[in-house]
Amino acid sequence: MSLRSFLSPLPEACRRTGPHDRIVLSSRVRLARNLRGHPFPGHAKKPDRVRAMDTIRPIVESLPEMAGAYAAAMDELTPADKQLLVERHLISREHAARSGGSGIVLSKEESLCVMINEEDHLRMQSLQPGLQVRQAWARIDQVDSALEKRLEYAFSSDLGYLTACPTNLGTGIRVSAMLHLPGLVLDEQINKIIQSVSKLGLAVRGLYGEGTEALGNIFQVSNQQTLGETEAHIVERIAKVLDQILETEVNARKRLLETKAKAVFNYIGRAYGIVSNAHVITSKEAMNQLSLLRLGVDLNLFPEVPRALLEELFVLIQQAHLQQHIGIKLEPDKRDLVRADLLRERLQLMPRPQTADARCLE
Amino acid sequence: MLCNACKQNEATVHLTQIAGDDMKKVDLCEACSKEKHATDPENFAFADVLLGLGAAQEVEQVGPESRCPACGYSQPDFKKTGRFGCPECYTTFAEGLEALLKSMHKGTRHNGKLPVALQPPRDASTKLKQLQKRLDKAVLDEDYETAAALRDEIRQVRGQLGDVAA
Repeated sequence: MSLRSFLSPLPEACRRTGPHDRIVLSSRVRLARNLRGHPFPGHAKKPDRVRAMDTIRPIVESLPEMAGAYAAAMDELTPADKQLLVERHLISREHAARSGGSGIVLSKEESLCVMINEEDHLRMQSLQPGLQVRQAWARIDQVDSALEKRLEYAFSSDLGYLTACPTNLGTGIRVSAMLHLPGLVLDEQINKIIQSVSKLGLAVRGLYGEGTEALGNIFQVSNQQTLGETEAHIVERIAKVLDQILETEVNARKRLLETKAKAVFNYIGRAYGIVSNAHVITSKEAMNQLSLLRLGVDLNLFPEVPRALLEELFVLIQQAHLQQHIGIKLEPDKRDLVRADLLRERLQLMPRPQTADARCLE
Repeated sequence: MLCNACKQNEATVHLTQIAGDDMKKVDLCEACSKEKHATDPENFAFADVLLGLGAAQEVEQVGPESRCPACGYSQPDFKKTGRFGCPECYTTFAEGLEALLKSMHKGTRHNGKLPVALQPPRDASTKLKQLQKRLDKAVLDEDYETAAALRDEIRQVRGQLGDVAA
C-alpha cells in the first residue's frame, strides 16, 4: 500500500478531538532506545544499519498495536512522501533526510509512529490529540515493554537507556505538546511565559519559522532533561506546566476581549479579509492569518465554522500537502499563487466575523 | 561576533537558554545553525550545541589517542558530533562524563524505568509489602519484639532487592 493511501485523509485527521484541543493541539511522548552490541546509527556503516533494522522492524510490526500498520524503508519513500510525514508531525526533519537502512512503522490512524535508525536505533512516539500527555506516556510505556521482551536494549543500571546523544540518556523520554497561544502573543505575555517555563528545565519554542519567530503562534513545550528523574515525574511536571499555560492563555483571551476587544476584532477581521481575498500568499503569512482566524473561531466570531477546517487549512497550505492537493510539483513562487487560490476557494462559504456575541469559548 | 562552532563566519543566530540560575549563550553562523538543527525545534537540543563547544572539553581527560574498543570512536569524533559511536562508548569515555551529565540533567544516575530482567522479582516486592503490613500492626499492638524481628527481615529483603537493581 502506498503511503498516500494509508495516511488518514487530512480532514479526518483534523477532526480528531481531545481535551482542551482549542489550545493544546496535540500531545506526544517519545522514547529513545538502542540495541546492545550495535553501533549507533550515526556511526554505523550501512550494512550495520541494515542489520539493526532487519532485527527491529519485524518485531515492531508484530506488535498488536501495529496491526494493519504501514512500514517502509526510507529509500522507498519519495521526497514528497517524506515531507508529507514531516508536515503531519510524524517524523523528524532529520529522519526525512535519511534513506536506506532507516525506516518507519506507522500505526493505523497514526497514533503510534516508530522511527528506526534515526539518531537512535529506535525512536518510538505516541501521539494523542489535545492535552493527553499521561495517556501518551502510558501507551508508549506499554509498547516499549512489549518490545523489550524481544529486543536486547543497551542499558546500564547507572546511566539507564544508552542513547547516541548524552542529552537523551537515562529515560530517553521526550514529552511534548503543541500549543496554539495567540492570546499570550497578542497580550505580549509570551516572553515572560517562555522565560519562566525555561527555569523549570523545560523548553518552549516556536514550532514553525526560523530563529525567534513563532509562525502561526504555535509553540512546543518539552522536557530537556532525561536523567535522574522517573518518567512519571517528568510527565507530571510537564502536565502541570501545561495546565498552567492553558489557564494563562484562556485568561489572556478573556482579558483581551475585556480591554482590547476592538484591537482583537481588527486583527481577526483583517485576517479574514486577507485570507479570503488574497491572490498571492506565502506560507508564512498564511500561517499567521489562519492562526488569527482560528482565534476568531475560539472567540465565537464564526459560530458556524468548525475549528477543524482551520486546522486542516493550516496543514494543507504547507508545501507537500499543497503539491499533493494540486497533483503536480510546484516552484516556490507558483506555490504562493496556488495557496491563495486554495484559501479563497475554501473560505468562500465562510461568513464574515460576527462580533456581537464574542466570548471566550472553553 | 564570530560563530562559536566554526570560529570562521559571522554569527547571525543567537540562542539563550535559562535553566534555573544558569544562563547559557551560543552564537552561531547560518551554516552551523543549520547543521546543528538550531532552527528545527523537533530536533534541536540546546545542550547539543554546547556539547560541541565547551562541555565536551570536560571529557577530554581520556586523551585524544584512546578509541572505543567496540566501535573505534575517538574523543575528537565525540567533540565533533556531540554523539557517541556505540553503547560501549559510555564505558570507554566514562571518565569526565559525570561533569558533562551534571550540566545537562537533573541527576547523574538513572532513576526511571528498568528492563524486566533487572526489575526486583515480584514475589520479593509482594513479600516486602506483607512484611511492612505486619510491622505496622505489630507497632500498633505495641508488640516490639515481633516488630524488631520484622524490621530485620524487611532490611534483609530490601538488601536482596538492592542487589538485583544495582
